[in-house]
Amino acid sequence: MNPRLTTENSKLRTEPAPRFTHHRTLGLAYLALSTIALLAGTALSLLMRLHLAWPAWSLPLHGLILPEEYLGLVTLHGTLMLFFVLTIAPQWGFGNLLVPAQIGASSMAFPRWNRAALILFATALSTLLASPFVPGGSAISGWTAYPPLSAITIAGPGQAGGMDLWLAAIAFFALASLVAAVNMLATIITMRCPGMAWHRLPLTVWGWFTAALLSIPAFSVLLAALLMLFSDRHLHTSFFLPATEVVNGLVLHSPGDGSPLLWLHLFWFFGHPEVYIAVLPGIGLTSMVLANFARRRVFAYRIMIAVTLLIGLLGILVWGHHMFVAGLSPFAGSTFAISTMAIALPASAEVLSWLATVWGSKPRLTTPMLFALGFVSLFVAGGLTGPILAQPILDQYLHNTMFVVAHFHLIMAMAGVFGLYLATYYWFPLLAGRMLNDGLGRVHFYATLLGAYATFLPMHLAGLAGEPRHYAQLTGVAGPAGTLLKNLLPLQRHITYAAIFLAAAQLPFVWNLVRTLSGPRTASANPWAATTMEWAPAPVTPPEAAASSHFAVPCVYVGPCEYSPDGNSFHPQWEPLTKVLPKE
Amino acid sequence: MGTPLNLASIACMRLSDRFWGLPPDASLHGPAFDRHLLLNLWIALGLLALAHLLLLAGLARRRRKGAFHSQALLEFLPLAALAVLFGGLAVRAEALWRDARYTGPDPAAMQVEVVGMQFAWYVRYPGPDATFGRTRPELVAPGEGNPLGLDPTDRHSSDDVISGQLVLPAGREVDLRLRALDVIHGFSVPALRLKQNAVPGQTIHVHFTPTTPGDYAILCTQLCGAGHYRMAATLRVLPPADFAMWLSRHQSTGGEQ
Amino acid sequence: MPATLTPPQLEPRRVIDTPRDADNGAGGRPPVDKRTGGNGDDGGDDFERAAAGRRGPRERLATARIGLAFSLFGILLIFVGLVSAFLVTKSSYHVDAYDRVINSWLPTALPTILWLNTAVLFISSVTAELARRAMFHEQSIMDEWFGLGKPTSKRATVWLAVTLVFGMLFLVGQWVAWLQLQMQRVYYASNSSGHFFYLITAAHALHLFIGTALLIGALAVLRSSKQFATRQIWVDTTVWYWHAMGVLWVALFVLLDFFQ
Repeated sequence: MNPRLTTENSKLRTEPAPRFTHHRTLGLAYLALSTIALLAGTALSLLMRLHLAWPAWSLPLHGLILPEEYLGLVTLHGTLMLFFVLTIAPQWGFGNLLVPAQIGASSMAFPRWNRAALILFATALSTLLASPFVPGGSAISGWTAYPPLSAITIAGPGQAGGMDLWLAAIAFFALASLVAAVNMLATIITMRCPGMAWHRLPLTVWGWFTAALLSIPAFSVLLAALLMLFSDRHLHTSFFLPATEVVNGLVLHSPGDGSPLLWLHLFWFFGHPEVYIAVLPGIGLTSMVLANFARRRVFAYRIMIAVTLLIGLLGILVWGHHMFVAGLSPFAGSTFAISTMAIALPASAEVLSWLATVWGSKPRLTTPMLFALGFVSLFVAGGLTGPILAQPILDQYLHNTMFVVAHFHLIMAMAGVFGLYLATYYWFPLLAGRMLNDGLGRVHFYATLLGAYATFLPMHLAGLAGEPRHYAQLTGVAGPAGTLLKNLLPLQRHITYAAIFLAAAQLPFVWNLVRTLSGPRTASANPWAATTMEWAPAPVTPPEAAASSHFAVPCVYVGPCEYSPDGNSFHPQWEPLTKVLPKE
Repeated sequence: MGTPLNLASIACMRLSDRFWGLPPDASLHGPAFDRHLLLNLWIALGLLALAHLLLLAGLARRRRKGAFHSQALLEFLPLAALAVLFGGLAVRAEALWRDARYTGPDPAAMQVEVVGMQFAWYVRYPGPDATFGRTRPELVAPGEGNPLGLDPTDRHSSDDVISGQLVLPAGREVDLRLRALDVIHGFSVPALRLKQNAVPGQTIHVHFTPTTPGDYAILCTQLCGAGHYRMAATLRVLPPADFAMWLSRHQSTGGEQ
Repeated sequence: MPATLTPPQLEPRRVIDTPRDADNGAGGRPPVDKRTGGNGDDGGDDFERAAAGRRGPRERLATARIGLAFSLFGILLIFVGLVSAFLVTKSSYHVDAYDRVINSWLPTALPTILWLNTAVLFISSVTAELARRAMFHEQSIMDEWFGLGKPTSKRATVWLAVTLVFGMLFLVGQWVAWLQLQMQRVYYASNSSGHFFYLITAAHALHLFIGTALLIGALAVLRSSKQFATRQIWVDTTVWYWHAMGVLWVALFVLLDFFQ
């Protein structure tokens, strides 16, 4: 018996740690939450597409989709997808599954807080999913919830109970994100295994780290804003309400000089970092997977670390570019245009690194590699319209048109989803002990890529023609506006067909999942010949530690991408150095 | 920076008018705006194609040994080029933005007020006294012909003209003041390449010069409630003589429609 | 066999999920911050040199402090959001029907009891610090390590209880301040200045309320926990949280009193 156990640990507790705090269990639970949100959000988007293309189409068992119901669909779709899919799944789902494994830790820093975050996320999701079923239906003010529409209960159907539930759901979500982010940051800072110096962290960990770092200011400020909005709705304050308003024929007087623009500032201070939180883990993973299949080091590895952090930093300085035409001073527009244009450079640096990494490497085009390439393609396609929208004068035309919808669906939604598929295909052997079928994976990839472009590229044209977003239907409007909208109906029908195709393209993936999970565990220990710690066969006990320890300690000896110049051999992070490697 | 980009942009204009499907343009600042937008779009498309070409070419090439050695050349040179490119675009855009927003309208510009409420746009002309009458929220009553709450006790309000249609003379600068009564609305006229949110509690000015007579769409571009999609109105640009006739006819009939 | 992520609950290996259950990393040394300089202990970056769970007696404390620091950063940002909204609203105006520019900000005169509350909070921070210092008193820690009772906890308990009393006094004082304002007919919904005064003080009071809950938690842990490190963590993080809320209060008070 070790002498120290006689003092402090005299009563060595033998019961196992509570199961529901294990990071693997929790990571899978986060992914399960996201899957529910993903299925719901996808179904809602298809309803929107069908209604937009055929406004007279009546939903079985429901009837016509009314304009306020359409806006409810918009609000729920946006909230579910952005918060519950694109934030939870990559950052907290895969983050929890992989961060401890990739840094060589046995757990997260605060397992019980981790479980608390999961419970808060689950509460948030169920609150949100309950909101369509209260009188008045779901909130209709979109995921941005601009007041006064969101602050005044009589401003529209759904702005009473539905809006309250939406607010509650987002508040739970913000709290959960803060808890989860603190846990993630503390884990990455303190739980790295011996040898895992900062520059040896895989870029995926850097992505999670930066996203967690961004989460804290973003969600804190959101919480403050939610508090004020709640107060405006129920405690007769006027943080976001002007002195007088006439809503539905009622004159509302408010004390004080509130302004709706204040909400816009606070919301976008959160909102812009939020979309970076959604895509940063995917950026990191793409770098690592491209390098793995190209069998060479990520091009300009250390610069990519700096670039990831720089994207995060710039991400909190650009919120005003959502407000070019919102009524700010035009000088503010110019300032935010500069900071926004500046982001194009670190983003381009990422793309250049990806291109240089695969250049002339003859990579193995496995399914994960294909999805990584798809991520690059979508990131470029969606990213290139960013500098266009960053110019205030152009935004004066394009703001809140379908062009913006196309932009953020390509760079955030589609790139984000490709990041998730990439993570799923790449880490499936690790999580389930089985390899997903490569043939089905290829079918899934090509169909999804085609569907994504067929759906979202034409939306640019609709936007350029002047079609605003959030329009429940394109018919039933008189005059030249009606003509403008009606002329876009054929294009919108095409987009709807493409969206249905895109949804159907996910069926091979579902089948692949079912088929693989019902098969035997056949995956080898390191099927992609990867170098990062999560593939280490079992925690390695270094001799000097084994002598003094009763548990195994993983150790890291090299950086994450060590390949021989011809790419045929590699040096995983967990293997002790036996020969001299090319300098890091 | 200016000349080559300008030449390029004129070339772009010729090629791309149809391709991108922009609506017809009816404002003085429109052509310069269109040139800049189309230049941007072609550059984006070009870079998209270039990135994909590089990606596919990189995949097709036979295996090179090892990675690149000259990071500076491969990373910083293209980055510098992109910085110059995006910087140039930003400077051009800034010049256009400055012209549109930094300065106020000409003092002789025509005064018009546009007010958004769920779910309609109302237009008000100040009348011969060139002063908008006082409005009071308590008096707002669209059903009684007073949608903006004009205060009849104010001497400036009697000659105000209120219309559901924005009618403007071609060739004269317009100083448009935007208000909203209830929630945020987005005043957008694609043909004028113009968009500005109307925020309750604020009066926001924009100015522009319509040039080509015709009927154009006015759309709401800020989600404002269930009727958002049908919050449309018409901009009618008339030759100056026709406009004067229209205005005098409305003044004599007391404003309504 | 496929590689597994850090093993799930399948095989009950002695991997330390919760370090509290076993080796506290002290390596047979007492849980004090002494660096002997020998045995490879050169004071380097512990987080990267040794395995998690084996980084000296202060490892869990350091982790908890890092978590606390990020939490406090988040709390700070909540107040940054509120205060920036306060400053923006204070300088905003509207134009009334008669085309007059109106800034309707009416500064709220703060109840004088807030000065008293500030003093109370300051004293509570001092007593809290005494409790924290007690947990790091080397002599007592050594006594405890030799099995001579729980001297650290005894002293910390007294000071924490005093802190708790002062903390509750502060909360009561804030309540009185709100009542006094309401007697002057300054309500939450009265005007913008009232909005922000009540919202900011209430948000702070909520955080202080959480602080008192933490104090109670720390007192309970001092009583019940057999692990010295656990008790030290509870007291240390609670007290740092308490200090942070105190500093935050002073900043908010200055803002509300002098920048209205």
